[in-house]
Amino acid sequence: MSKILEIRNLRKSLNGRAVLRGVNFSVSAGERVVIIGRSGGGKSVLLRHIMGLLPPDAGEVMFQGVNLAALGEEALNPYRRKIGMLFQNGALFDSLSVGDNLAFPLREHGGFSAADIGARVREALEIVDLPGQQQTMPAELSGGMKKRVALARAIISRPVLMLYDEPTTGLDPIVADSINRLIVRLGDRLNMSSIVVTHDMVSACHIADRICQLHEGRIYYEGTPAEVQASRDPVVQKFVRGISEPQDAIV
Amino acid sequence: MLYRSRGAWGQCKFSAAAVTGRKKQALLNQRVALKLLAQGMNMAMENMLAAIGRWLTGGIQSAGAMTLLLVNILRCLVKYPLRWRLFLQQMYLIGLKSQFVMLTTGAFVGAVFAAQVHFQFVRLGMQSAVGPTVSVAMCRELGPVFCCLLLAGRVGAAMAAEISSMKNTEQLDALRALGVYPVEYLAVPRFLAMLVSAPMLTGLVLVVGIACGYLIAVPVLGVDGAYYWDNTVKYTGPRDVLIGLSKGFLFGIIIAVIACYKGFNPSLGTAGVGRTTTEAVVVASLTILISDFFFTFILNSLFLGRV
Repeated sequence: MSKILEIRNLRKSLNGRAVLRGVNFSVSAGERVVIIGRSGGGKSVLLRHIMGLLPPDAGEVMFQGVNLAALGEEALNPYRRKIGMLFQNGALFDSLSVGDNLAFPLREHGGFSAADIGARVREALEIVDLPGQQQTMPAELSGGMKKRVALARAIISRPVLMLYDEPTTGLDPIVADSINRLIVRLGDRLNMSSIVVTHDMVSACHIADRICQLHEGRIYYEGTPAEVQASRDPVVQKFVRGISEPQDAIV
Repeated sequence: MLYRSRGAWGQCKFSAAAVTGRKKQALLNQRVALKLLAQGMNMAMENMLAAIGRWLTGGIQSAGAMTLLLVNILRCLVKYPLRWRLFLQQMYLIGLKSQFVMLTTGAFVGAVFAAQVHFQFVRLGMQSAVGPTVSVAMCRELGPVFCCLLLAGRVGAAMAAEISSMKNTEQLDALRALGVYPVEYLAVPRFLAMLVSAPMLTGLVLVVGIACGYLIAVPVLGVDGAYYWDNTVKYTGPRDVLIGLSKGFLFGIIIAVIACYKGFNPSLGTAGVGRTTTEAVVVASLTILISDFFFTFILNSLFLGRV
């Protein structure tokens, strides 16, 4: 399979602390990769580098053969439009209604008639099981609904790569499961590659074709969910089973 | 000193050797204390200097960053097509919604100034000079400065608060992730709307201020209306109005750039939004007052040829 994204030796320090110390990994077309790791371990930072929201200290982010790390803020925009991102808290524009939030990327990218946009918005809301919510304001939505609307906004322009930042954090297990199913369904239906960042092992095993563990700023382990579960590596084991030691207290 | 206050040396019960020993110790203690004091003062001095230095470099740094933001906004203004809907929305929020505040400001500043000037001038028998004094002062100083200070409080605060809470809730990142440049989407419409609104609102304040000055001086304080108005028109030229409107325009730029800059670079957290907003208003107001001094001289020489 062709590689859609390849990250080479990515390094980043924030406030004097080395968060990423040479991350290497790649994603093939249509593949769902889950990145697991401890809170504060740099998972979200890694995701932000793929979107170009943070500039790396060193390393390359090759997306469709272009090094995004070398591009400036405005030069990134055409590539960003091919990548979708679901933010931790949805990051819906609270001054716009749900319908306008969804229509936003289409209006920005241009080339769609009003009827086209209306149809696409309707379709996207149906995909995330929230039909007919166009007029609702984001403030009136629950946490799970916000995430689903944000998901609809991220996929509406049919990205080739979707980034999910902790999609199930803060949701009850049932809503979390529905989001997991949605991620799998979307990947299959729209033939997108996905990178999901999470520390929730249940959803990681549910979603992933491949799981990567980010540990101490590097990809420590890669494997299928079954391989991760069966691994005898102590670091992997500890994370999978959720065992803490006194020195692990708080990062 | 202690020994002397007790009386003559002879009254001291200690032997001479012990006295010298104690004296030496006291001197030593004194020296150590002085040394510590000096060290403490040094440290305090260093801390103070460091704080001043930090404050200065911080100020210069943000002034530089604000200038770069201004350049960036101007570049985006040329590079991207204007978002008319957002621009008109901002015009509505800044221009239209501020009118009542500006009317009140203009009315009372004009009225109070006319009354105060009248109280002084009446002693010199110069009542009819109240008119031009009020109108020239309103045009050149009071109008633009009061108008833009209020604008900084009303609109600058709102801008900084809105953009900084968008940053705190990742909405700015979402904007970037959707391929939209925040400076172009958020700052440009606000900047442009401010550029158009500020001089217009200044004009409103001028007119209302001068009118209310007349209403107080002539019907209430009994100045002769014909003389009052004749002198007002005679001594107020287009130059005064132009200076006022130019100041409004320049202050508009200052408010928009400072508010947007503070919005894009906020203190973090919920308390951060409050702090950011306060900072935006304080910095904008101070910048308006300080730059007013310089603008006065520059504009005065710029419009020297005009009457």
